[in-house]
Amino acid sequence: MESLQHKNRQLTLRLLGFACGAFLFVFALVPLYDVLCDIIGVGNQKNLLQRSSAPLTALQSAVANDSRRVTVEFIAVLPDIGIWEFHPLVKSLQVQTGRLYEANFIAHNLSGRPQIAQAIPNIAPSKATAYFRKTECFCFTPQRFAINEKKTMPIRFVIDPALPSYLDRVTLSYSFYDNSMRTAALN
Amino acid sequence: MSNVTHADHALDHDDHKPQGIKRWLFATNHKDIGTMYLVFSCLMFFAGGTMALIIRAELFQPGLQFVDPGFYNSMTTMHALLMIFGAVMPAWTGLANWMIPLQVGAPDMALPRLNNFSFWLLPFAFTLLLLTLFVPGGAPAGGWTLYPPLSLQAGDSFPLTIFAIHLMGASSILGAINVIVTIMNMRAPGVSLLRMPLFCWTWLITAYLLIAVMPVLAGAVTMLLTDHFFGTTFFTAAGGGDPVMFQHIFWFFGHPEVYILILPAFGIVSEIIPTFSRKPLFGFEAMVYASASIAFLSFIVWAHHMFTVGMPLAGQLFFMLSTMLIAIPTGVKVFNWCATMWKGSISFETPMLFALAFLFLFTIGGFSGLMLAIVPADFQYQDTYFVVAHFHYVLVPGSIFSIMAGVYYWLPKWTGRMYNETVGKIHFWLSAIGVNILFFPQHFLGLAGMPRRIPDYATQFADWNMVSSIGAFIFGFSQLLFVYVIVNTVRSGKKATQRPWDGGRGLEWELPSPAPYHSWSTPPSEEIINRSSAN
Repeated sequence: MESLQHKNRQLTLRLLGFACGAFLFVFALVPLYDVLCDIIGVGNQKNLLQRSSAPLTALQSAVANDSRRVTVEFIAVLPDIGIWEFHPLVKSLQVQTGRLYEANFIAHNLSGRPQIAQAIPNIAPSKATAYFRKTECFCFTPQRFAINEKKTMPIRFVIDPALPSYLDRVTLSYSFYDNSMRTAALN
Repeated sequence: MSNVTHADHALDHDDHKPQGIKRWLFATNHKDIGTMYLVFSCLMFFAGGTMALIIRAELFQPGLQFVDPGFYNSMTTMHALLMIFGAVMPAWTGLANWMIPLQVGAPDMALPRLNNFSFWLLPFAFTLLLLTLFVPGGAPAGGWTLYPPLSLQAGDSFPLTIFAIHLMGASSILGAINVIVTIMNMRAPGVSLLRMPLFCWTWLITAYLLIAVMPVLAGAVTMLLTDHFFGTTFFTAAGGGDPVMFQHIFWFFGHPEVYILILPAFGIVSEIIPTFSRKPLFGFEAMVYASASIAFLSFIVWAHHMFTVGMPLAGQLFFMLSTMLIAIPTGVKVFNWCATMWKGSISFETPMLFALAFLFLFTIGGFSGLMLAIVPADFQYQDTYFVVAHFHYVLVPGSIFSIMAGVYYWLPKWTGRMYNETVGKIHFWLSAIGVNILFFPQHFLGLAGMPRRIPDYATQFADWNMVSSIGAFIFGFSQLLFVYVIVNTVRSGKKATQRPWDGGRGLEWELPSPAPYHSWSTPPSEEIINRSSAN
């Protein structure tokens, strides 16, 4: 029979291993979280931060005589108060599905120093995310601002005609972050 | 050296113990370490309690009277951290240290030196945490849940808080490993798993929860640390991270954590109610399975803490229904305790009074938990005083009352002396009445819409806040009686017999009072085990 001391050591090591596994598990949750968001479509950054890969002509030809209207609302969010002015030029647009539209956001750097900003988009309801196709957006790349610079930044988008029929209103919001420190570190 | 000590070692035993400060610094005896844990927990209980009284003093009237809002927020944050990690969890580990070896017939914990280490981590952890009160920017004020981005905006307190949490986590993981190894390997021959008292069972389950989720908290706060200092963006939206992910990870730890705080309480109550009802526990195995089911379910319900953050309907339904499912094993327990008392010959000594108050008041806390589980209702209750009332009902008359019940119950075995029953009963009644005056009105405040974590409030909330604060001071100051009872018992209590409670079953009552410094050096005989086993 193995000694008690040996048994104790074995079990202790196994439990310590279990605890270490739990610690590593947290870091595995990070990619897992992205996969889950991808599946359920909430906060799906992959769709939101990239140019739509669907060919535009295919979307447009599918709806030659579609007259469905959808309201798109634009919201600008500032996590840091006082160093930016940031708002959409128009608050909402009536759009036809399958047509290309352009909307503009205005940002003004009030911080008194050059900034590199990153806009992070979100769409509500999250079900609509997969049908909101952007061909151009100021959120695709970091935006450089000189001191006191004011920019009008466009986004171009098409609402996929496959948008579920119970949705007639889509809200697109942008949070505008000062990302200078991180971008500087990357360059 | 080892060849010399071998012969001496046998002589070392009996009642020899190191003297002076070394006895405590280098303690390896489970009773000494248990005592240190309990004394430490008591200190933290009063430190955290002082903070609670600062909070309630500020809320006595609308307007700002005593502290500025930033310090007020520090008080709510520090109160939570101190009470959860400093008072309740060390109290459970202390009780486990004292009682588990006695109850399973083991001479000591399985890993005595590790035991010493896991205790001595705690004073360092809490020194770090309390130091934050004196650094620029003040103590952490973003809530004990440390949600980013708010927690990332803390001042110099931030790294101290994170390291303190790392140390607390390491301490409780090591303590839990010790409990598991002791229960698995050190039981006396004849003490099968299903003959162990329920306190050992619930602690075994708690220990597994601890080693599963404390590393998760450690990982989450490590990510906060690297986000703050090393430019990672786990939770920073600007870099592609998601602050909501922190909430998911935190509550994946946090929900099992609340069962870590309550499961050992179930164990203690399951020992005290049979003793003072003079009947064996009704449905022992059902109790074990119910505890295990509660522990399992705790891993799949975390998102009910964050319904309002946004999730798919299917997710809301899943988390709502799985949360409600927990009511079933918990109900099994409550009904088993009632069935244990049924037709018993009940007497109402102080431990039993605390256990009965636990039964009533914990159940109220459970019911308000069910209300919070309902998604549409939770949208109304989220971040109101209703939540505060709910979790204080399960933690104060839940965990704290059962810790006090356990202390009163086993104090004669620890000290060899009886406590003063009259003062004990006064302590109980002041606590039980005080705690209800304190927390019951907070249900009304929450339902009326008063948010939590605010130093000032609209005047329509004034009356119930005043009542609640009066209850807080009654409850807080009556805890001084608890200290008085313990000191008085140790100093001048009447000598206790081996069996101070005639209904007490379990191996601890087969030892003399006070339990000798080295107990069960020879394992209990089969006859003793059969006689003492309640199951």
